[in-house]
Amino acid sequence: MAGVTTVVNVTVIATESLSKRFPRVTALDRLSMDIGPGVTGLVGANGAGKSTLIKILLGLSPATEGRAEVLGLDVATEGAAIRERVGYMPEHDCLPPDVSATEFVVHMARMSGLPSAAARERTADTLRHVGLYEERYRPIGGYSTGMKQRVKLAQALVHDPRLVFLDEPTNGLDPVGRDEMLGLIRRIHTDFGISVLVTSHLLGELERTCDHVVVVDGGTLLRSSSTTDFTQTTTTLAIEVTDTDEHPDGTRAVREALDARGVTVEDGSGLPGAGRVLLLTAAGEETCDLVRDVIAELGLGLVRMEQRRHHIAEVFKDGDATRKEAVGHGR
Amino acid sequence: MAVEQPTRTQDATPPGDQTRIHDIGYRSYDGPRLGRAYARRSLYSQSLRGAYGLGRSAKSKVLPMLLFVVMCLPAGIMVAVTVATKAGELPLGYTRYAIVMQAVISLYVASQAPQSVSRDLRFKTVPLYFSRPIETSDYVRAKFAALASALFLLTAAPLLVLYVGALLAELDFADQTKGFAQGVVSVALLSLLFAGLGLVIAAVTPRRGFGIAAVIAVLTISYGAVSTLQAIAYVQDSTSAIAWIGLFSPVTLIDGVQSAFLGASSAFPGGVGPSTAEGVVYLLVTLGLIAGAYGLLNRRYQKAGL
Repeated sequence: MAGVTTVVNVTVIATESLSKRFPRVTALDRLSMDIGPGVTGLVGANGAGKSTLIKILLGLSPATEGRAEVLGLDVATEGAAIRERVGYMPEHDCLPPDVSATEFVVHMARMSGLPSAAARERTADTLRHVGLYEERYRPIGGYSTGMKQRVKLAQALVHDPRLVFLDEPTNGLDPVGRDEMLGLIRRIHTDFGISVLVTSHLLGELERTCDHVVVVDGGTLLRSSSTTDFTQTTTTLAIEVTDTDEHPDGTRAVREALDARGVTVEDGSGLPGAGRVLLLTAAGEETCDLVRDVIAELGLGLVRMEQRRHHIAEVFKDGDATRKEAVGHGR
Repeated sequence: MAVEQPTRTQDATPPGDQTRIHDIGYRSYDGPRLGRAYARRSLYSQSLRGAYGLGRSAKSKVLPMLLFVVMCLPAGIMVAVTVATKAGELPLGYTRYAIVMQAVISLYVASQAPQSVSRDLRFKTVPLYFSRPIETSDYVRAKFAALASALFLLTAAPLLVLYVGALLAELDFADQTKGFAQGVVSVALLSLLFAGLGLVIAAVTPRRGFGIAAVIAVLTISYGAVSTLQAIAYVQDSTSAIAWIGLFSPVTLIDGVQSAFLGASSAFPGGVGPSTAEGVVYLLVTLGLIAGAYGLLNRRYQKAGL
């Protein structure tokens, strides 16, 4: 229970020139980073060293050199203590088809050291939280991929860990399932108070979900920064309005009115509804109020006014040479 | 805990989302965490129950329960005959029972060893165990102990039936108790040996079918082959070879140990059991196999990590 006395800015995961070399491959190369509480995305292509890092952090695979701490515990010597307070959801299928979700998760809770009665209670709670209801009494073999992912998540959460490692939790899910899973991951931190390390090879997914994104490539740290740095250095408003008899081209009318008040407006070319969408740089809430007032004065209907954030993915569209600067400025 | 996790609230229902039941508050767990030894015991009891299909589907209860009944039924009949005919002794000695019923025991090992370990490998459940406090050796010990206990139940239950029956038939108490004790020691050894061999074979393959076939091959076919060779050796009057040939099948191995040390009459052709010196070799080979199986299983799971 080391390191639980301070609440603010506790380091959940810390690595110091952590390296892992296999006979023919270097999976991790002098990786140093500090990860705080919250939802942290670990991004990298397949083979970038994400799974290797998780294995080391669980204390299951010794590092070749360097050291790492999870929840203030050393991975080399206190692996069992770490695993008691950490949950792990593997990337691959890991569920036996012939038992029900309830039986399986109860068993896994007991494997984490929960007494029988507590294991049952926590299982019922956790399955409900991940969104499994009546179907939890049926054998897992008949579940959809989305339901199986929820069971996998439930077994990682059932012992109320302080940190969970989620390895590619959205793999194999359809867009709706993906969104639900990402929402659930967000809630693991906001509602349950559990820190999350989630891996993905898709940058876009992590934008909405994570507080912090760590990018690894070839076993080295490419970038570690908060998602606000990535995506919120500038806020762009997208506006779409209706036309009226008085203003047959409402879009243009708004544009002229805003120009008159000194707000620079661009066409939203390249976006859905191009030609009807206006983009402007918002300085803050005043800009939103101004836009609202202008549109009201013109008597137009406001179809939408939304914040457009830069996507993390845009950061990586450039070549390697310019990548790091681009990230810093959010383009 | 409350200080440490300030974001945990009892009613975290976000506004406008009240229709979703799973948004009611999250409760954190502050109760005891019982650690490795408890997890190992839980895995043991779960695996032991699983070996008789308890906690599994109705279908998976059929075979182990049926084999259990088949194991005990002859004992029941023998007791009935003994009591009815007022015979002076049981038709079959305690130590001979398991040897005669070896096919049933082998079938049980073949069906339950893969059930116990191949499933975890095949469905890749193993990483979930090792991402928890237990270590490789805990997993292996729990699985090994569970299957050995299940086998002990299977083999000792009919002996108990015989013993109780013998006492009902008012056979000599001291005689029967001694025989029963020898029988129990013998089946305990047999359970450990068969469990070890069965698990090692089953842990090599994630495919249950292969596991079943391989276990049957090693336990039953080797017994058939060894018995045949022993019979040939007997016919050719090379009696000294009989004992050495017997080292190559698990069933004859147990037979040799118990005829050397546990007062059993050997099932070898001509009833020629191993001498005491040969018996020591039998015992060492048996214990070596059990220890070897444990070592191999540990090595196997070291690799199966995540």
